[in-house]
Amino acid sequence: MMVNFSFGRGLLFGAAVLGTLAGSSLSASAEEVLNIYTTREPGLIKPVLDEFTKETGIKVNTIFIANGLEERIRTEGQNSPADLIITVDIGRLAAAKDYGVTQPVKSEALEKVIPAAYRDPEGHWFGIALRGRVVYASKERVKQDKITYEELADPKWKGKVCIRSGQHLYNISLIAAMIAHKGEAKAEEWLKGVKANLAKKPSGGDREQAKDILAGVCDVAVGNTYYVSLMRNGNDAEQKKWGEAINVILPTFEGGGTHVNVSGLALAKNAPNKANAVKFMEYMVSDASQQIHAEANSEYPIKAGIKIHPTIASFGELKADNIPIAEIAKLRKKASELVDKAGFDQ
Amino acid sequence: MIAKTQTAFGRSFRRKAQRLPWWLSAAVALIGLLVLLPLAALIGIAAEGDAEIWPHLIANVLPASTIDTLALLAGIGIVAGSMGVTTAWLVTAHRFPGRSLLVWLLPLPLAVPTYITAYIYVEVFDSAGLVQMALREFMGWKSRTDYWFPEIRSLPGCILVMSAVLYPYIYIAARAMFLTQSASLLEVARTLGASRIKLFRIIALPLARPALAVGVSLALLEALNDIGASEYLGVRTLTVSVYNTWLNRGSLPGAAQIACVMLAFVIGLILIERYGRRDRRYAASAKRHRTVHPVPLLGVRGWVATLLCTMPVVLGFFLPTAFLLRETVRGSLFDQFNTDFLAHFLTTIGLSVLATCAILVLAVVLVSAARLAKTSLTRGALFVAGLGYAVPGTVLALGLMTPLVGIDNLIGTVWRSLTGERLGLLLMGAAGGIIIAYVIRFLSIATGSLSAGLDRVSPSLEDAARTLGASRREMIWAIQIPLMRPALASAALLIFVDCIKELPATLLLRPLNTETLSTLVYTYASRGRFEDGSLAALVIVLVGLLPVIQLVRSAEARPKVAESPSGSASGSTKPGIGADGADPLRRRPVTIEL
Repeated sequence: MMVNFSFGRGLLFGAAVLGTLAGSSLSASAEEVLNIYTTREPGLIKPVLDEFTKETGIKVNTIFIANGLEERIRTEGQNSPADLIITVDIGRLAAAKDYGVTQPVKSEALEKVIPAAYRDPEGHWFGIALRGRVVYASKERVKQDKITYEELADPKWKGKVCIRSGQHLYNISLIAAMIAHKGEAKAEEWLKGVKANLAKKPSGGDREQAKDILAGVCDVAVGNTYYVSLMRNGNDAEQKKWGEAINVILPTFEGGGTHVNVSGLALAKNAPNKANAVKFMEYMVSDASQQIHAEANSEYPIKAGIKIHPTIASFGELKADNIPIAEIAKLRKKASELVDKAGFDQ
Repeated sequence: MIAKTQTAFGRSFRRKAQRLPWWLSAAVALIGLLVLLPLAALIGIAAEGDAEIWPHLIANVLPASTIDTLALLAGIGIVAGSMGVTTAWLVTAHRFPGRSLLVWLLPLPLAVPTYITAYIYVEVFDSAGLVQMALREFMGWKSRTDYWFPEIRSLPGCILVMSAVLYPYIYIAARAMFLTQSASLLEVARTLGASRIKLFRIIALPLARPALAVGVSLALLEALNDIGASEYLGVRTLTVSVYNTWLNRGSLPGAAQIACVMLAFVIGLILIERYGRRDRRYAASAKRHRTVHPVPLLGVRGWVATLLCTMPVVLGFFLPTAFLLRETVRGSLFDQFNTDFLAHFLTTIGLSVLATCAILVLAVVLVSAARLAKTSLTRGALFVAGLGYAVPGTVLALGLMTPLVGIDNLIGTVWRSLTGERLGLLLMGAAGGIIIAYVIRFLSIATGSLSAGLDRVSPSLEDAARTLGASRREMIWAIQIPLMRPALASAALLIFVDCIKELPATLLLRPLNTETLSTLVYTYASRGRFEDGSLAALVIVLVGLLPVIQLVRSAEARPKVAESPSGSASGSTKPGIGADGADPLRRRPVTIEL
């Protein structure tokens, strides 16, 4: 009667859709495939994936899961279709290893290109690109061109600092790095100092902080390097204004360098297409793919000699911090607790 | 002698009616177990860890986030509750300019997902958003510090955003209640000279209480389930704490422990609310009421009513939709409409339709069984069915994964031993997991709606059928299902809309290369390019709109159909449910019970 769809027809239609989905997932064994589980939005890596398929004929299937990717692979266990894990932030890479959903890869091609600081000593994960966590400074109101992370806690910035949630992945790693440099007590003091300088409660993403600078809410903010390029070079006129309102200062730790993080790869423990996965990993450090990746995502290429995106290059030369990121990963839990303790997000 | 036989017959009859056939009992038990599955898994995960997270949580997190959570819930309860009840009362009991149009418009925000609204409100009202930039240009202000403007990324902002899209839950329930209940009471009160305000306070509000309770609790559960909007707007709810414990401190067991405590809290609230209403009967008697006769509001009063009812629609529907349209046009996103997009669209519809059908079947089984016999099994299963909605989507998905993969691996092992081939994952690999998650999460909408629908039907109908010798099967097919049909339709529509909007469980359980419209929007948003997902978001709203419109149409336009001489279009002139031509919401209850 008034039911909008005929029950039978609806079922039939639904079953057809389900059948198609089932068919595509089960018939996959017929051709060469690679199943990628990624915490990065696949659109970001699509240019590289397309190129890979063109070169090798291997069909790439992807699933994008922001949170819970490791749990899913672990639960799927032996029958998991996952071959390769792509994720950003050392925290996620280390978590994947801790969860036992990765397996080691021994590859000269990878080890030759990727500096030891940006891969797991046992070969469970490999960084393929870097991003810096840097300071966005108002073009209008901030004149200095150097800054330390420590200075963000200086009272001279009172009411002038913006940042996204302290519990966000990117900030947790930055705070963990601060713990690695200064110890827990000093890091907590620093965090409280930054908190006292905040212009508003942490919220939004990194772009919103640039927007707040444009709006005059604050003078300096913390954000990742590639966002600046995405804002300035994107096709959105409003975001262009946000990107143009700020200068990027590459901050350093006192006695250290700029905090960088990786986006990386890991081979899944029960990868059904292991050979294809390793082929892809090695492809990711080739000149061609490093170039595509650097251009499309505005990340720092991991391979020496690859051209950095002009917007990113304009920030000046990156002097990456010297503490191995695997060490930083171990301090993440502590960092997360410090954020709560300092009431940073309150 | 004769009298004695009759008593004996009556007794045995009643006893028989209390017993269910074994297959029905088994089905009821299985459905109950299905819903309990992820909860059991969740408790299992929680038990894996020790209590090490609690000292830190109690010292540093829980005080603030509990206060934030309670403030958020209280705020939404008050704002969305008053929006829903006021508008429902105005359009039901009064006549004012635009009323007949507003009756159509008021439920529309139901089609707009909360997280999308949060993003839109930030784009529009934030420091460098459209409104403030325009204001600055107009007023010549230079910086944010030159003027005061309410902060959208804040607790009040979050309450506003969520209330704007959640109030229809209360509106729909309250309107159904006002329409079916209050005519005679109201008229008596009016005759006795009660003022309009007093009518509302003394008669309407108390009558709306069950509807208010049901609507508000649905809205609050939605709010508690949310992670995207509150995190983006800078509100640290307990749900955010669950995420931090899980993701930043690598403690899934710890996160599960917090989730369990929250769940216990929610169940406690549901029980208290039920207890509070234990002795009251709000259901309509089998006798027909007259509908409320709307009183005209003249002059300024009428326009104030128009304004009051327009505001929620603007906030919850027109503003988000207009923004999405603007972005779609501005970014020329129509190019995105290709075969991939069509495939995602069909996946979304297919999954939602399948899940809706499955839910309806299961709900009919549950409710029919409970109607045939109020045993502890049927009552228990109905209560358990209500819990699914209280479990946040991500938690549900995490809890479901283990049992799903368990089943998959079992099938896989058998397959391998039979054929020697590796089968892979069947349920997880083919979206079976998503459908099961939808079923668990939204089953309560159907059982609530159907129970409410059946409760309004006098048991004398079934008694008559029984006396005439109908078998149980005939009772279900010939009496109960036709009686439930109007409720089935409205439940189907609500569930369909909810399935289309569902994000967290879909995200976590979908197979490779599979996107729905909501995961599509999410992928754009997580790239920091929310605007690029405007087309997908717009399609979600539009697809959700059709069922909502259908819901309103079937509820509002019915009297005309019934009044038409043929009456054939409605097809509902069966005894007991149609024929009176009064307001249809009585026969088409959209009340949702937990």
